[in-house]
This record gives sequence, structure tokens and C-alpha cells, in this order.
Amino acid sequence: MFIRHETIEKNVILMLVLTLITVSIGGLVQIIPLFTVETTIERVDGVRPYTPLELMGRNIYIREGCYLCHSQQIRPFKDEVERYGHYSLAAESMYDKPFQWGSKRTGPDLARVGGRYSNDWHVAHLVSPRAVVPESVMPAYPFLANRPLDYSDIAQHLRTLRTVGTPYTDEMIANARADLEAQVDPDRDPTAMQKRYPRAPVAKFNGETTTITEMDALVAYLQMLGTLVQFGDIPPDRLKQ
Amino acid sequence: MPSQAVLTADQRPAPRYVEDVIRAAAILTMFWGIAAFLVGVVIAAQLVWPQLSFDSPYLTFGRLRPLHTSAAIFAFGGTALIGTAFHVVQRTCRARLFGGEPLAWFVLLGYQFFILAAALGYLFGITQSKEYAEPEWFVDLWLTIVWVAYLIAYVGTVIKREEPHIYVANWFYLAFIITIAMLHIVNNLALPVSITGTKSYGAWSGVQDAMIQWWYGHNAVGFFLTAAFLGMMYYYIPKAANRPVYSYRLSIIHFWSLVFLYIWAGPHHLHYTSLPDWAQTLGMTFSVMLWMPSWGGMINGLMTLSGAWDKLRTDPGLRFSVTAVGFYGMSTFEGPVMSIKAVNSLSHYTDWTIGHVHSGALGWVAFIVFGTLYYLVPKMWNRPAMWSTRLISWHYWIATVGIVLYITAMWVSGIMQGLMWRAYDELGFLQYSFVETVAAMHPFYLIRLLGGVCFLSGGLIMAYNMWRTIRTETETLVTQTRPALAA
Repeated sequence: MFIRHETIEKNVILMLVLTLITVSIGGLVQIIPLFTVETTIERVDGVRPYTPLELMGRNIYIREGCYLCHSQQIRPFKDEVERYGHYSLAAESMYDKPFQWGSKRTGPDLARVGGRYSNDWHVAHLVSPRAVVPESVMPAYPFLANRPLDYSDIAQHLRTLRTVGTPYTDEMIANARADLEAQVDPDRDPTAMQKRYPRAPVAKFNGETTTITEMDALVAYLQMLGTLVQFGDIPPDRLKQ
Repeated sequence: MPSQAVLTADQRPAPRYVEDVIRAAAILTMFWGIAAFLVGVVIAAQLVWPQLSFDSPYLTFGRLRPLHTSAAIFAFGGTALIGTAFHVVQRTCRARLFGGEPLAWFVLLGYQFFILAAALGYLFGITQSKEYAEPEWFVDLWLTIVWVAYLIAYVGTVIKREEPHIYVANWFYLAFIITIAMLHIVNNLALPVSITGTKSYGAWSGVQDAMIQWWYGHNAVGFFLTAAFLGMMYYYIPKAANRPVYSYRLSIIHFWSLVFLYIWAGPHHLHYTSLPDWAQTLGMTFSVMLWMPSWGGMINGLMTLSGAWDKLRTDPGLRFSVTAVGFYGMSTFEGPVMSIKAVNSLSHYTDWTIGHVHSGALGWVAFIVFGTLYYLVPKMWNRPAMWSTRLISWHYWIATVGIVLYITAMWVSGIMQGLMWRAYDELGFLQYSFVETVAAMHPFYLIRLLGGVCFLSGGLIMAYNMWRTIRTETETLVTQTRPALAA
């Protein structure tokens, strides 16, 4: 040995420094290339930042700990692709702060749940899961349907996200509140909102309610999951990492 | 009693150690243990009877599960680590804790405040949704301050030590403190939406966030739940067995290879995901290699019993510690197996992972803590022994049965669910809908609940025994235990 271990054992600072170096190597090798290698994110079109309403819905998904039972990550296996759809791409979660890939499927994967069920189904299921799926072990979330969504600081949410790297434009931030309201009001003209956020669904997600509820936001989020990338027209080499 | 002479052989007068904080930590550890087991039993019951969330926003599985994991890892495990670290570092350095009582109390109580703030946050839905790093930015900042104080107290004591060498247990505690600091800071970098609000958005996103989270997450296992508890093993097993550590050379090799290899293992939580393949393969390779240093540690712990195996018959506290090392060996074999991509394709997302975690958390972490407390409590309160040796034995067997029920139920349900997901019928269609696999879990969730109830009951027996030990006057204890101990 080029250095006697006794030397390290008698000098706590040396020991700390050597330990820190030893534990840093693995992380540096595995993490830094993910930021520098360009092919880490697949070259696909369609992925955009969340609409203000989807973002609020996503925050409710996070608040309720949905990720503890539902993954959002379809693995490239025959059975998973048949059950859930195209395997998940890194590009599809590139604006996810934090990622919601999950680690456990007590319930099914939700990476492509968007558009699979009607809004009414989602509301009924969240209010009373066993009314819709008798064998389900999911908790009931009836309170979401009555609780008004607090979006008073929605522009500030977008601004914060822009600071940490999500490409929200000035226009998006200026219109955050209007865009949020437009997404739950089919009577309004959605053109401007959908120009900023292509493929954003517009509906009274929670049915006829007087105010915008947390249920509206959560269902809007669930209904867009996995719908942004159009897999029909992507050449395979674009998906290589 | 034979001479206590394994680690402190000389006859110099011992310094005035800081001990009140250690006594408080021992009681708090017991309290958090019961809390963690109880919440675990509640959420296990919710998976059997989902109505048990009572339609309340505060009692859903999604909010209680972080409460359970944080209570087990950070409250029960973390408090035990702070208390034992302060005990071990003072004894092995023959030095009073740096910063004395004030710094030690600040670390312990500051840490308790962190736990309370995090736990209340979970109930109210304040979470970052990063597993085992759920607390929001303001709680993270507070923990950072407490952790720096912890490091200062620990390193300060080592610096002013009277022993020439830094004893091996301290290497592990030091590696734990400094690595957790690194992981905590990098994984939790975030910007609050408003300085008066709880919500923040993280610095990382998507695939990079996933990698950083599991670099953190797996090394919370590696350094919080493994390295630090190995430190505990390296002090308390030799003390309780009254034997020196089996191999000094093995402890050097095992220490450096463990801390080097562990940090690479994170990507095995992300097999077959959108994480690039090269990172997954690296994670798998190092996870398999990690088997060796893990077993090096196990061998060093178990072989320390050489010539003292008979103590297992008379000292059920030591039996806990030794069984813990056995479970450590088992889960550090199961882990590398599950990190192999082919195996992981079956086990990932299923209860097998949950079973694996619990053979580590209950079998290794909780058992080594129990063994340590059964040694430490009589020492700290100047009692000749625990109030009842029989109750320790009861605790041992009921807890062991609980673990066996738990992990076997999860093995069966996990492997079954993994196989059901990929089953095809003769016509080439998927054989089972998802919800059919949920229904098939039901009996195993019931068995798991039973295992959890056993483990909780064991904890309650221990708490009672501890309370009697602390409250009973020494004279009464002496007449109740074997006369030899009183000599």
C-alpha cells in the first residue's frame, strides 16, 4: 500500500477528505453525463410545459402522494406496451419537477392514462373508487370535488419554474390566470391558450360546478398524461438514447 | 461481571461524558419505533380494508406512507443513530463530547423538531414527492443546520480524543454523516414559489431528477441504514460479547470498498426506464459487486462472536444484534440479486421490493437497534441488567415471527403479481386485467398485516421492559435477575 492506513486512522480530517472523495466518484460518473450527453433526451416533438391548470393538478397529484402507488413509466416489455401503450421516453418527463416515475404499482401505471377514460369516469372513480372498480384498494378522494382550487399565485408558480429551467414565456406567465380559466370553460375561445399549449384539452372536467375545483385540475392533468408525443410519425433513430 | 476491557483497557479515569442526551435519545428512539410500527400497521390494514381512510384527506395511504417511512428511517433510525453516535464517539475517544451538553441537546432536539415538522407536513400534504426526501425546502434547510451541528460535535470529539487511533465504528459514523450531508443538499436543491409558502420547485427535472433522486435514495439505504448501523455493530457487538472485532484488516477493506461501491448502485431502481442503458448497466454491475463488502461486514460482525457463541443462550439482547447481522447478510444478498436486470424486470414495481426493504428495515436496522438498546439502557441508567430477560426473549421471538410472516407474504405476492402482469393466455392475449392482480394480493396483505402486528407487539413489550428497567430501583432489580450479575 502506498499509504499506511494507520496515517488515515490517526487524522480525522484526512479520513473525512478521503471518504468524501471516495463517495463522490460514483455519483459524478453517473450524473454528469446525463446533463452533457445530448442523446439522453430523445429527439421528439410535442412535449411542452404543463398548462397552468395541469400544473395545479399535478401539484395535487404530488400532494396526495399518488406516486406511492402509481408509476408513470412504461417499460419496453411486450406485456407493458400492450397493457399501457408505447414505452415511456425521457423526453416525456423533461419538464417534470420532480419526476413521477414511481417505484411501486399497487395501482396501474398512469404514464398514458390520458384519454383512456372519460372525465366523468375519473370524477366518479376519485370520489368513490369501489363504486367503479369493486376490487380497488384506492382511498376515496371525495373532498377534491368540492374544494375550490387555489390558483391565486399561479403566475408566480410559472415564474418560479422558469427560474429553475422550464421554458415558460413572458406571454405564458402574463396569461397564466386566463389560460387556467379558459381550460375549464368550453364557452370561451380556446385558440390563444391552445396556441401556447398545443393539445391541451378543454372541458368542464368536474361537471357543472360554480367554481373551479381541485378535481378539475387533477382530472385535467390525468387526461393529458402521455398524450403529447405522436408516436405514429417518429423515425426510430430519433428514439435512440 | 467479567472485566469490561475490550475497548477501554487502560485504567485512566474516564472523562465526564455527556449522558443525559443519550438517555433522552434512547427513550425517543423507543417512542418513534412504536410510532413507525403503528403507522405501518395502519397502512397495511388500509391495503386490506381501503375504507379505513374514512374519506378523510389526512388519512389516505398516500399521506400516511411517507409518515411511516420517515418515522421508521429518520425518526426511529435517526434518533438511535444520534444517541449511539454520541455514546460511541465519547467512549472510543475517551473524550467528553465536543460542545458539551448544549451542542448535544441542540442536535437531538433540533432533529426532533425536524421530524415533527416533516411529519405534520405529510399529513397536510406538504411534500416534494421524492421518496425518503419528502420534506419541503424549509424543513430541509433546518435539517441542514442540525446536521452541520451534528458533524461539528462528532468531528470535534474525534479531534480531541485521547486514544491514538480512530476506532473503526467512528469511520462508519463519519462516513454516514458526511455522505448524507452531500446527498441531502444535492437532491433537495429547490426554489420556493414564495418565501412565505411551503411549495417549491426542484432544480432538477425528468431523467436527471430520477437519477439524482435514486442516487440519494439508494444511499439513504447505503449510508443512513447501512454504514451508520455498521458503526453501531462495530461497537455494541464487541462490547456485548466481550470480544474484540474479528478482523481489523477486514474492517479496513470492507469500509473503503463499501463506501466506494455503494454510491454507484442507485440506477438499479431505474432498470428499463427512460434512464439511458449505460447508467442502468453501471448501476447493476456495482450493485452485484456490493455483495462482497456487505458480506465482509457480516462476516466481521458474526465472527466477533467466536468463542462467545454461548452468550446467545443467556443474553437475548445480543441475540437481537447477531440475528440483525444475519438479516443484513440476507438482504445484502437479495439486493444484488434483485438488481440484476432480468430479475428486476419481474420484481420491480411489486411487493417483492417492499419485502426486501422490510427484511432490511425490520431484520437489520430495527433488530440492531433493539440489541443496542438492551445493552445501552441498563448501562445508561446504572442498572445491572434489563428488568426482565424473559420479556426480551418474548420480544425476540414475536418480532422474528413477525418478520418471517411479513417477508414471505411479500415474496409470494410480489412474485405472483409480477408473473400475473406478464402472463398470456393461449390465444396470445394478456391473461389478467390489472385489477385481478390487485384482488389476488388480498390474502397476502392480510398475512403481512399480521406480521406487522406481531412486530408492533414486540415493540410494546420492549417499551414496557424499558420503562420498568428505568423506573425500578436497582436493589429490586438485583434480586430479580441472576445473582451472578450483581456481583
